[in-house]
Amino acid sequence: MLLRRSFWVLILALLSCSMLTLPVQAQSLPDEQHQMTDDFAAVLHKLPKAKFSEKSSLIEQIADQKHAKSEAVLEAMLEARLFYRKSDKIIVFADKVDAGYHIVDVLSDEDYGEIGKRKVKKVSVNNSLRRELKSLIARFQLESEDIEKRTQAIQNIIKSPDPVFAASVARAIDVEQDSAVRQQLLTAQAAVRLVSDDTDKESKIAAIVLLGEVTDKNAIALLAPLVEQKEDGTYVETDEDIRVAAQVSLKKLHEREGMYSIVENLFFGVSLGSVLLLAAVGLAITFGVMGVINMAHGEMIMLGAYTTYVVQLVMPNHIGASLIVAIPAAFLVSGTMGVIIERTVIRHLYGRPLETLLATFGLSLVLQQLVRTIFSPLNRSVITPEWMSGSWHVNGMLSLTYNRLYIIIFSLLVLGGLVLLMRRTFFGLQMRAVTQNRPMASSMGIRTGWVDALTFGLGSGIAGIAGVALSQLTNVGPNLGQAYIIDSFLVVVFGGVGNLFGTFFAAMSLGIANKFFEPLVGAVLAKILILVFIILFIQRRPRGLFAIKGRFVED
Amino acid sequence: MKMNSLGWRKTLLTTVAAALMSLTVVTAQAADTIKVGVLHSLSGTMAISETTLKDTVLMMIEEQNKKGGVLGKQLEPVVVDPASNWPLFAEKTRELLEKEQVDVIFGCWTSVSRKSVLPVIEELNGLMFYPVQYEGEESSKNVFYTGAAPNQQAIPAVDYLMNEIGVKRWVLAGTDYVYPRTTNKILESYLKSKGVAEEDIMINYTPFGHSDWQNIVSDIKKFGSEGKKTAVVSTINGDANVPFYKELGNQGVSAEDIPVVAFSVGEEELSGFDTGPLVGHLAAWNYFMSAEAEENDAFIESWHSFIGDENRVTNDPMEATYIGFNLWVQAVEKAGSTEVDKVHDAIIGLETPNLTGGTAKMLANHHLTKPVLIGEIQEDGQFEIVWSTDSEVPGDAWTDFLPESAKVIADWQDESIMCGNYNTETKKCSGQNYE
Repeated sequence: MLLRRSFWVLILALLSCSMLTLPVQAQSLPDEQHQMTDDFAAVLHKLPKAKFSEKSSLIEQIADQKHAKSEAVLEAMLEARLFYRKSDKIIVFADKVDAGYHIVDVLSDEDYGEIGKRKVKKVSVNNSLRRELKSLIARFQLESEDIEKRTQAIQNIIKSPDPVFAASVARAIDVEQDSAVRQQLLTAQAAVRLVSDDTDKESKIAAIVLLGEVTDKNAIALLAPLVEQKEDGTYVETDEDIRVAAQVSLKKLHEREGMYSIVENLFFGVSLGSVLLLAAVGLAITFGVMGVINMAHGEMIMLGAYTTYVVQLVMPNHIGASLIVAIPAAFLVSGTMGVIIERTVIRHLYGRPLETLLATFGLSLVLQQLVRTIFSPLNRSVITPEWMSGSWHVNGMLSLTYNRLYIIIFSLLVLGGLVLLMRRTFFGLQMRAVTQNRPMASSMGIRTGWVDALTFGLGSGIAGIAGVALSQLTNVGPNLGQAYIIDSFLVVVFGGVGNLFGTFFAAMSLGIANKFFEPLVGAVLAKILILVFIILFIQRRPRGLFAIKGRFVED
Repeated sequence: MKMNSLGWRKTLLTTVAAALMSLTVVTAQAADTIKVGVLHSLSGTMAISETTLKDTVLMMIEEQNKKGGVLGKQLEPVVVDPASNWPLFAEKTRELLEKEQVDVIFGCWTSVSRKSVLPVIEELNGLMFYPVQYEGEESSKNVFYTGAAPNQQAIPAVDYLMNEIGVKRWVLAGTDYVYPRTTNKILESYLKSKGVAEEDIMINYTPFGHSDWQNIVSDIKKFGSEGKKTAVVSTINGDANVPFYKELGNQGVSAEDIPVVAFSVGEEELSGFDTGPLVGHLAAWNYFMSAEAEENDAFIESWHSFIGDENRVTNDPMEATYIGFNLWVQAVEKAGSTEVDKVHDAIIGLETPNLTGGTAKMLANHHLTKPVLIGEIQEDGQFEIVWSTDSEVPGDAWTDFLPESAKVIADWQDESIMCGNYNTETKKCSGQNYE
């Protein structure tokens, strides 16, 4: 009882306290600050009607006023979250919700709740404004608590250095604790010194030397103008010492860039290889192990991709997890379709490759039209989850895209799983037995019919999984499968029919070769060259890279 | 009993007679319609883009019929599916003109399909409206080009980048077929005439449906990091754009650093994917859905109610179809007939409001006057118009930036010329064709 009373007293006391202090605080606001808020509001008020050219000076004013909300407003503008209400032109922060936007007043923080899409309009920005915004925000964020924001700010300064940053960069260097960020700050300082007119020659050359040592593409862009020639052969930069220093630094940078571009190319090649591997590994089972020429393999991939789309439709609020769910779902959908196809069509055609080819080709057309009827001929948009987009910045000259990285890992996992299944499980044993010697396996009590159906289902299911991965890289449409069927056959034939490791090596070597040809001769010719190479290769070694040897080969 | 059977017979007779009569009424009505052929792929690769145009024509026909048709007759659509199969376009055109006896055709998207239709439509003296931006270098008596010629899209876009953005290095990237090759040839010679050095132009072609853009985007990045402002002029066609833009986004190429201006990417193409990483990249068209004009609002509204989906977008080729259809209706009413030659003579010089608040006029070279707009991609898949020409630009069938074409003109009004490829030097219809 006593306890409760004291609780109420406390609450009352707190309430009255806050009520008392509020007006006091308001009174204690210096006139200056009032004035500042008014100015700020005035500038904000001009935003909805301003042209792009006028906005440029408005955002500068917003930044110069250093109002408590300046940074938030500029950031919201850059992220397209700054809107105005059409009815009264009040500037608000808006966040997308189902029916429209949830808006909050910029100045008073008052929550206006949700509002329809057509009742608000975005404060529009264009590219040059975005660039300015980034550099203005950098001023605020150079000493931000968040290390990521700080790095971003420094990057923006390096990209578009301006003498106005000189003081704030120098101050930031003094207080920066993190050594990597400090290094970047020094680069930024060098960049700012380079573009500033009142830097003396010595420190300019020092800056150039420093920029020559960093691993950053932007350094090239900064130094390149110093060695530029005018049309009449004279140099833009008149001081020869500076020019020579820039040339030396540029040479170093270009060498480093060349080295990293080889690494990058290798990564591109491996990533293309892993896509080929994913697309082909299912075929390596249906065509390689069973000997069925399955022209509808591409459509199994397509079904997997569409399954991803449907899964995302079903769980729109868990896009990140949807891909993980889509993997078993796609395996089931394509796998079941594979079993149905095997039981209804293919089992009647064993040993008649030409008829199988025609029948499965027909099936592929049927499946395509089916998808077209159900989902419309338009491409469906499969959303890329947050964790799959963007890239991993190894350093300023090398960054690897996440989606490719994950797909490389994924394809290796799929291959590994498949190898384990074939080698270590009873089903794998049965499968190998049936494909190697059907009558003997049958007389040992293996139901060869079912093994066939399941093997075909497995191959198709893997194709479905490939579809999940491909949905992240390319268009999900009725023609998705056709784009990969030729490549898949190419890989399986090149690698050696019936050999999973052959498929792996073939996919990787074709991927890497393709990516090394491409910059030299162009994408179109690179493909042709690869094709010619494979034709020649198959002439010499009709059984591919890794031919299976043994008694059952000719069977 | 007898009576009864007689009565039964009588009823049968009257029914048959009534049925016959109603049949004749139907045929009479059928003979009294104006047939409009729709030649757009509804299956295959191009179905993605062309299906929408088929729907647009059907919508226009429905609206015109509500207003009482043309010359007091109802319009009757005849829809065929050339299935993205180029030779089939020629066959279907023949079917439309000979079997169905249509009075006008709205159709085609790719240049190769148009080239396949040309000999048939010229032989049978048909009439076609072609609604897509194209490479120019052509003017047929039987075709009206309501999309942009290169001087109404490519050249102004490059001017914008050069003068407003200050671009010094150029990547011309395209899909490997006739439209990008010709357009890039024109652009290259235009850029060189503006003093751009050879090493500041990078040209790149990729096959249809290219999906692995890693190297190319990485090359563009390298090309753009040499200290000069760089832009990409993209004639990449169809769905290859999606992986291209995805790769741009993933490799962190932002529009502030290296803007990409596209000639084949519109609202429809963007509705296929997440535009977050693409914000700020550009497109050049003669129409954007975001254009502020009353005609546009009305058009969008009727499109939404026709298609029954509030989320469907409108795009430039739809506007071109709209203009072409309205001009044809006007011309038929002016000529008082649907006969091809009469409509042809009537249509030149006619004007109709376009959807961006201006007017489109049919010129003697079978091209339109069009405004040129540059738009920046926004988060919602729409374009913010950041620049436009002061007035409409007249379409030029033969470009002035290739020496061979500069001396060729098309004029279907001047009695002394009356051809699509008049060589002003030899004073002859040279038959010169770009290919």
